[in-house]
Amino acid sequence: MAAGPARRALPLILPSLLFMTALFLLPLITGVAQAFRGPDGLTTGYLRRMVDDPYFWQAARNTALLIVVLIPLQFALALAMALLLRERPRLAGLHFYIWVIPLAISDLAAGLVWLSIFTDRGYLNSVLDAAGISPYAWLSFQHPATMFLAVVIAELWRATSLVFVIVVAGMQGVPRDYDEAAAVFGASYWQRVRHVLLPQLRPSLQVALILRTILALEAFAVAQALTGRNFPLLVGETYQWYTALQNPNVATAVALVVLLLSVVAAVGYLRLMRHGPEPGR
Amino acid sequence: MRAQRLWVQAACVAISLFMGVPIYLITLAALSSRESLNDFPLSLLPTHPSGETMSTFLRSTGILGGLVNSLTVGLSTVALSLAVGLPAGYALARYAFRGRDAYQLSLLLTRALPIVVLSVPLAKVFLTTGLYDTAYAVTLLHTALALPTTVLISAAIFVGVPREQEEAAMIFGASPMAAFGRVVVPQALPGIAASAIFTFVLSWNEVLGASILTLNRRTLPAQVLATLGESPLAFRFAGGLALVLPALVFIAVVRRYLLNMWGTPLR
Repeated sequence: MAAGPARRALPLILPSLLFMTALFLLPLITGVAQAFRGPDGLTTGYLRRMVDDPYFWQAARNTALLIVVLIPLQFALALAMALLLRERPRLAGLHFYIWVIPLAISDLAAGLVWLSIFTDRGYLNSVLDAAGISPYAWLSFQHPATMFLAVVIAELWRATSLVFVIVVAGMQGVPRDYDEAAAVFGASYWQRVRHVLLPQLRPSLQVALILRTILALEAFAVAQALTGRNFPLLVGETYQWYTALQNPNVATAVALVVLLLSVVAAVGYLRLMRHGPEPGR
Repeated sequence: MRAQRLWVQAACVAISLFMGVPIYLITLAALSSRESLNDFPLSLLPTHPSGETMSTFLRSTGILGGLVNSLTVGLSTVALSLAVGLPAGYALARYAFRGRDAYQLSLLLTRALPIVVLSVPLAKVFLTTGLYDTAYAVTLLHTALALPTTVLISAAIFVGVPREQEEAAMIFGASPMAAFGRVVVPQALPGIAASAIFTFVLSWNEVLGASILTLNRRTLPAQVLATLGESPLAFRFAGGLALVLPALVFIAVVRRYLLNMWGTPLR
C-alpha cells in the first residue's frame, strides 16, 4: 500500500463530487439569482408577487396541514404494521409483498388510483349507492373537508410503506434478548413496546421522520390528480407558476421556500432528537 | 392467546385489503369498456372486460412517445448513476481516506434535500447549454437524485464482500481490475441489480422535474400530468394503471433486498 488511501480514493469519488456540485450547487446559485435579480438589479418584486398570490398562502396552509395530519397517522400505521409482522402471522410473505407495493408507486399514480374511488361516479359512491346511502361529491371544491380527507388517504396509502420498510429493517437490528428479558421480569406487551423496542428503534424512526417530512413537502401530483388546483400544495404552485403562468422567477421563489422548509425540518428534527427527553442508548 | 392470534390475522388482512383493493379497482376501471365506465353504480366485478380503454390511451398523442422517453431516461439514469456511483461506493467501502466522513455527510444531505425543486433554475441552465427538452436533461436530473443512494447502497454492498478474497486473488496473480471483476462483482451483483431497479423506479415515477425540463419530449408521467385537466376519466384511469403496473413487477423482483436497502446504508 505505497499510495495513500486518499490518492487511491480520490479518482473514484471525484466524478460523483463533480456531478453533485454541477447539479445541486449550480442550480441553487442560479435559482437564488433568478428569484432575487430582475432586469434592473436586485429586487424583491418576485417575492412580493409570490406572497400577494392568494394561492400561495392557501398552498402553504394545505402543505402544513397535510404534514401535521398525515405524518402521525403514517407512523402509527407503519409501527402497527411492523409489530403485526413481528407476530409472524400466517401468509406473512404475501402480506409483506402487498404492503410494500405502494413503495414503487408515484404520487401521480396514487392520485389517479384514488380518483377512481372518490370521483363522483366512482367506486366509493357505487358501494354507498348499493348500500342505500346517497352518493356524495367527495372531491367537489364545495367540500374542502372531504377533499382533504381524500388526499390524506391517498398519501397514507402510497407513502406508509416507506416508513414501514425502514421500521422493519430497524427492528431486525434489535436483539430479541432485551425484549425477552423484559418479559421474564413481567413487563406487559405494551410496556415492552414502549420502553424496550421504541427506544432502540430511535435511529430508524429519526431517518424515517426526516425523509417522510421532506417527501411530504414535495407532494403535489396526488392533489393535482384528485382535485385539480382546488387543493393547492407548495410544489404544485412551483409547477403552476412555471407551466401555466410561465413565470420562472416566481416559480423559483416558491421552490426556494420549499427547499428552506426542508432544511429547517431536517435540522429541527436532528436537534429535537438529540436533546430529546429520552437519552438515546 | 388463540383470540389474540385471530386479531393479528384479521388486522393483517384488513391492511392488505387497504393496500390491495385500490390496485384491483384501478385495474378494473382501466380494463372496462368506455360505456360501462359511464354506468352508475359501477360494478365491482369485471362484467365488461375490454382492452378498448387501454388501447385508446396508448394511441393518444404523446403516450407512446412518452413511454419510449420514460424507458430511455430510466435506462440511461441507471447506467449513468452506476458508472459514477459504483466507484465512489467502492472507495467508501475500502479506503479510510481523509474527508470520508464529510463526503458521506454531503451525500446524506443531498439525499435529504428536495433536489427536484431546483428544476426551474436547472431548466435555465439547460436552456443556455442547449440541453433543454432532451432526454439528456431529464437523465442528468434523475441521476443527481439517484446518485447519493446508489453510492451509499453500493458501499454497503462492497463492505459485505470480504477484502481478504480480493487480496487472495491478487496474491495468486490477478490484476486489481481482474480481482475486482472476477471476485467482487459476482458477489455484489444481486445487490447492485436491486439498487439499479430502484433507480429505474425513481426515474419512472419522477414527474415534477421531467415536466419542467421538457416540452415536447415528455416522459410518460409528465405527459399524463400535462393532459390531466382536459382528458376524460377513462384516459386518466388507463394512465393510472400504466403507471402502477411496473411497480407490481419491480416490487416482486426486489422485495428480498428491500430491507437491506433501506436498513443499513441510511444510518
